[in-house]
Amino acid sequence: MDTNITIALSGNPNAGKTTLFNHLTGARQHVGNYPGITVEQKEGCCLHRGQGLRVVDLPGTYSLTAYSVEELVARDFLVNEKPDVVVDVVDASNLERHLYLGCQFLELGVPLVIALNMIDVAENRGVTIDALTLSERLGVPVIPIVARTGRGVDQLLDAVLAVAATETRQQPAFLRYGSDVDEALSYMMPLIRECNELTALYPERWIGVKLLENDEQIVQKAAVSHPAAAVKLKERCETVTDHLQNTIGVYPEAVIADHRYGYIKSILHQGVVTRKFVADRLYASDKIDKVVTHRFLGPLIMAGVLFALYTFTFSYSKVLVEWLSSFFALINIGVDSLLPDGPLKSLISSGIIAGVGGVLGFVPIIMFMFFGIAVLEDSGYLARVAFMMDRIFHFFGLHGSSVMPFIVSGGIAGGCAVPGVMATRTLRSPKERLATLLTVPFMNCGAKLPVLTLLIGTFFSDHQARYMFLATLAAWFVALCAAKFLRMTVLRGASTPFVMELPPYRFPTLKGLAIHTWERTWQYIKKAGTVILGISILLWAMMTYPGLTHDRAAYFEQQRQQAQQAAVTASEAKELLNKTLQQIKAEEAMEGLRNSLGGRIGIACERVSQYAGIDWRTNIALLGGIAAKEVIISTLGTAYSLGDVNRNNTASLSERLAKDPGWNPVVALAVLVFIMFYAPCFITVICIAKEAGSWKWGAFSMIFNTLFAYSMAVMIYQIGALLYLR
Amino acid sequence: MALINLRNMAINQTGTIVAVKVSGELGRRIREMGLVPGTDITVKQRAPLNDPVALRVMGGTLTLRNNEADYIEVEVP
Repeated sequence: MDTNITIALSGNPNAGKTTLFNHLTGARQHVGNYPGITVEQKEGCCLHRGQGLRVVDLPGTYSLTAYSVEELVARDFLVNEKPDVVVDVVDASNLERHLYLGCQFLELGVPLVIALNMIDVAENRGVTIDALTLSERLGVPVIPIVARTGRGVDQLLDAVLAVAATETRQQPAFLRYGSDVDEALSYMMPLIRECNELTALYPERWIGVKLLENDEQIVQKAAVSHPAAAVKLKERCETVTDHLQNTIGVYPEAVIADHRYGYIKSILHQGVVTRKFVADRLYASDKIDKVVTHRFLGPLIMAGVLFALYTFTFSYSKVLVEWLSSFFALINIGVDSLLPDGPLKSLISSGIIAGVGGVLGFVPIIMFMFFGIAVLEDSGYLARVAFMMDRIFHFFGLHGSSVMPFIVSGGIAGGCAVPGVMATRTLRSPKERLATLLTVPFMNCGAKLPVLTLLIGTFFSDHQARYMFLATLAAWFVALCAAKFLRMTVLRGASTPFVMELPPYRFPTLKGLAIHTWERTWQYIKKAGTVILGISILLWAMMTYPGLTHDRAAYFEQQRQQAQQAAVTASEAKELLNKTLQQIKAEEAMEGLRNSLGGRIGIACERVSQYAGIDWRTNIALLGGIAAKEVIISTLGTAYSLGDVNRNNTASLSERLAKDPGWNPVVALAVLVFIMFYAPCFITVICIAKEAGSWKWGAFSMIFNTLFAYSMAVMIYQIGALLYLR
Repeated sequence: MALINLRNMAINQTGTIVAVKVSGELGRRIREMGLVPGTDITVKQRAPLNDPVALRVMGGTLTLRNNEADYIEVEVP
């Protein structure tokens, strides 16, 4: 077997495309991005009868128009990369609607195999589908499968190999679109043939249909490559449009869509689909929806589900978190006893272990959280959340689908703004998308969680779960208000439609959940392992150098000797001497930190931050937090272990903060709020700039968020100080 | 038989789409989801705040905002 065969998996969202992809490729998959744009490209490989297959998972779409990035990506992949076979996954019990996309593949003339997925569900509902007749009528193989269990997948791959082996290229299907459109098309043909740059890529009739549908990409391509013909074609399209508008009051695209459905109906209605008994296949799903999206019960259940997710994530991951943190403490003790005092030991223990350990220690929480989100997503509940929340989101100038980016970013605390920002791609209106992009970083991402957990655990330990829940509500509130503000000022404009599918409830498969969870956790670990390690070392250097001046170093040395001599003459107990020595050491370290580059920046910022009750040490940590939020904890750890009386590294940061006179519940709350809302981490800013298409928006989010967070923190500290600290 | 607006349909009421009078993005989005003339629809549910609405169309469930449902004319028995 010489070369790999490329299969493109396509289909409507919820057709079970991802399940089939996971079944085919298992762990042998790789997630990348399409060049230039940020739509995820999932790719994997598998082996069938000795033949290597490259499987590309195209974005789920309902259609092949040009008005969403996903559809363009899917279409361009089919046209430019020319996969050997396109597998269109359709839901067997939803055939009519799902064949709308399949019909467009036929029109485009790609080598097609239709996978009739979830045939078992259809059979249970008394629906039988004559796959052979369907295949004959469509002119392409139709294979019934059950992607969940793998039933029929071998036959599917056999069909794929057979299609790949045929020499004759699949011809574009000839659909009739009604006399008006058909006449216009035949008139347009000679003109289209002149556009040889287009016809080299697309079927002729298809180009005509797209021009009549006023497809942006094709209209533009025609105008650029063949301006003269394009003008004439445009005139013709306008004539047809006017005629249709005047006679039946619709646009050509509506007529074309109607005829596509007509074609599908004509194929299905002659004995392909038979119903043994009339059964509502969504009976169970409807029953659940009656309760779950109920006017009063729905929101209550939703709040309950979100709260349960919290409890699940935080209490069940606790054991693992503790286990990991004691593991890193053990390493630190080892390093402590093996290495002599000096810069190397300081680098390893305060820079690397503290930094990376702090991050990896929270991997269990993130794993549990992503697992929980995957359950909600795969079961279909998340779509109901969008359904219930749309009225509210719409009010704030967003879209029900903004729920996903918000939730991924930390709407159910513990996400990450980076995939959240990327998830905004499903939004179709640029303005709602931008508003979502700019406000999702306000959510409590997985990297902020450890900081929130630390501060809440230290200062509000009695009501930990309640405070975490309140923090999430506050994040939602602020993000939504900020979105409304943006949509009323810089991002004014009309809203996008909420025509969305509510998939039937399904039991998530363990395999699917495992893959989802692992993918996202691995993204987090990768980020922690690369960016955070570098930044931890950089910050350690910032806080260590230039260090003390010679005079001051000599002064501390002198102090130490004096103390030792005093101890000898007074023959006091060793304990007292040790105490004095430790005190000197702490003062020395403190001065070293103050004198370091980070310390200097922190002290300079204290002039402004003091109004929010934030001292220079926290300033350094917050500075590091702009690089990545995970760094806040490790920097606080480094800052306090370097400048602390107690050299014992295993004492947790929490205890240290509780003992520190500069900290109290009011300060903690101000810091908490500041961390929740200030500038997003660098990676997020880069993603925002990329997704928004301009660095202006990246800079905007840093400045806007920091100013907002600062004013909130100042307000909280000033009011809190008045009420509680006097 | 009466022609009414989709917005005014009651929960569990069934009807047949007669016309979808909108073009552009919303029109395409509505059509690609199967909301074309001749299709039977049943209103299944309304969101807690009465908007959007959930419809049964060709064996699937779709959601639509009230102001989008305004463009869809339905014939009800």
